[in-house]
Amino acid sequence: MSLRLIFRKTTNYLMLSLTGVCALVAVGILFFILGYLLWHGGTSLNWDFFTKLPVPVGEPGGGMANALVGTAKLLLIASLVGVPVGFLGGVYLAEYGGSTFSFLVRYMADLLNGVPSIVIGIFAYTVIILTQHHFSTLAGGIALGVMMIPIAVRSTEEFLKAVPNSLREAAVALGASKSRAVVTVVIPAALNGIITGIMLDLARVAGETAPLIFTAFGNQFWSPGWNQPTASLPVMIYSYALSPYDDWHRQAWSAGFVLLSLVLVVNVFSRMILARKRHVAR
Amino acid sequence: MDNSAKPFNNPNLNESPELVVTQGREFVKLPDGAQPKLKASNLNFYYGGFQALHDISLDIHENRVTAFIGPSGCGKSTFLRTLNRMHEMVRHTRVEGEILLDGADIFGFEVSGLRRRVGMVFQKSNPFPKSIFDNVAYGLRVNDGVRGAALKDAVESSLRRAALWDEVKDKLNESAYSLSGGQQQRLCIARALAVSPEVLLLDEPCSALDPIATAKIEDLIFQLKDSCTIVIVTHNMQQAARVADYTGFFLLGHLIEFDKTTTIFKNPARKETEDYVTGRFG
Repeated sequence: MSLRLIFRKTTNYLMLSLTGVCALVAVGILFFILGYLLWHGGTSLNWDFFTKLPVPVGEPGGGMANALVGTAKLLLIASLVGVPVGFLGGVYLAEYGGSTFSFLVRYMADLLNGVPSIVIGIFAYTVIILTQHHFSTLAGGIALGVMMIPIAVRSTEEFLKAVPNSLREAAVALGASKSRAVVTVVIPAALNGIITGIMLDLARVAGETAPLIFTAFGNQFWSPGWNQPTASLPVMIYSYALSPYDDWHRQAWSAGFVLLSLVLVVNVFSRMILARKRHVAR
Repeated sequence: MDNSAKPFNNPNLNESPELVVTQGREFVKLPDGAQPKLKASNLNFYYGGFQALHDISLDIHENRVTAFIGPSGCGKSTFLRTLNRMHEMVRHTRVEGEILLDGADIFGFEVSGLRRRVGMVFQKSNPFPKSIFDNVAYGLRVNDGVRGAALKDAVESSLRRAALWDEVKDKLNESAYSLSGGQQQRLCIARALAVSPEVLLLDEPCSALDPIATAKIEDLIFQLKDSCTIVIVTHNMQQAARVADYTGFFLLGHLIEFDKTTTIFKNPARKETEDYVTGRFG
């Protein structure tokens, strides 16, 4: 074996090991978190968690029913704000945007996506809480909705752009106006992808804590209304995990486990939608 | 004929379009009896600063098949696409000159109305990601809101006209993508026929098909001639010779010669045409 060949084989071996180790580390950390959460959260999870309100320190039992409902309400408001704006904005960018304005909007969306979530929280606090003088579910939902917009815009745009231009031409050549073609052909062709993108977006904001801390605030009881503070899973995890009580730590683990399961279910479900092949374009 | 003075490689070809015009106008006198359905006069076409068509004038006769041949990039597809204003889908295009449909300027038409009368079938079959039935029904639903039994009848008759009915009648609700390439292209023809166009533009409809599927489409063209005026762009000279009553030869954006197909292939007036049809170049 020549020297050169030995050198090549050694390099190959080293690089292969290096990339392999890095891949293992990346996946390993993920599995460590998953396993740890499953171990701690899964073991202290019980039916009470889903049905009971939090109890004062020292009392055994209790649950986070109010936080579950609170997170559901927040996500509902977030969808009402984020999905229409994101979806229609994406349609505009993909189908109607001129070059300069589109570039600006796209750039701003990417910037907004990079804004730290706590800044979005401060924004909602300044705009809504300071004018209303009290914390509210609505403000929290709107903060999450604003966080959803950039990804909803961009994913909708990308999935629409992936629809072959030949389909637009075919529709227009049959006498459809451009808007009819977009509504009846292009959007249906991209719908699976668009829905998936929005569901993943929703799953992402479901775990956001920072924007909620000073908007939806938190609540140990059932939230009295949409305009009142509410408990939510992420904020619950945050405050329970910081507390000095073992009981609360266990509750926080359970909440983390439930939140993760929620995200996982949404992920798997949306990937199933994406993989559904009925009339899929080539 | 003055073409002897104009060898094919003449760099001045771009600067002397008069001759081309003459060729186009000469055609009006052809003893055929058919009426001109479409009439292009002095048509120039620009992609931004690039002029893709130079002063094209020709008549397309009713209930005849007209073929355009020429090497890639010669402008034959561009010309075809201006006939139903599909070029307007592309930015930075500009047209000068006149195209008349039954004597009325097509640039004065409401564009979707024009495209209903002048239908188009594309090079690559482009069925919608919908069922076979919904594909054919699309134009009728979008334009007239036809539904129920009338829609079913129209779909059936369109599929029969496209010689596809017997092959698909038992699976109308299956995806259009379940069909073979040739069937998909005939489905696209059926879809175009459903809105009863007066003119059907075919942009290299067989270039992606095997010989058997091609033969089926050519048979179809023969049958459709009675009810439709057909314009076909083809790379395949044999195909033009087989299906077309008239043939136009395009080169570098000029219409070099336009005449009866037999004349073009057996006794062309121009040397460029002869070189091309005898396979000396292109």
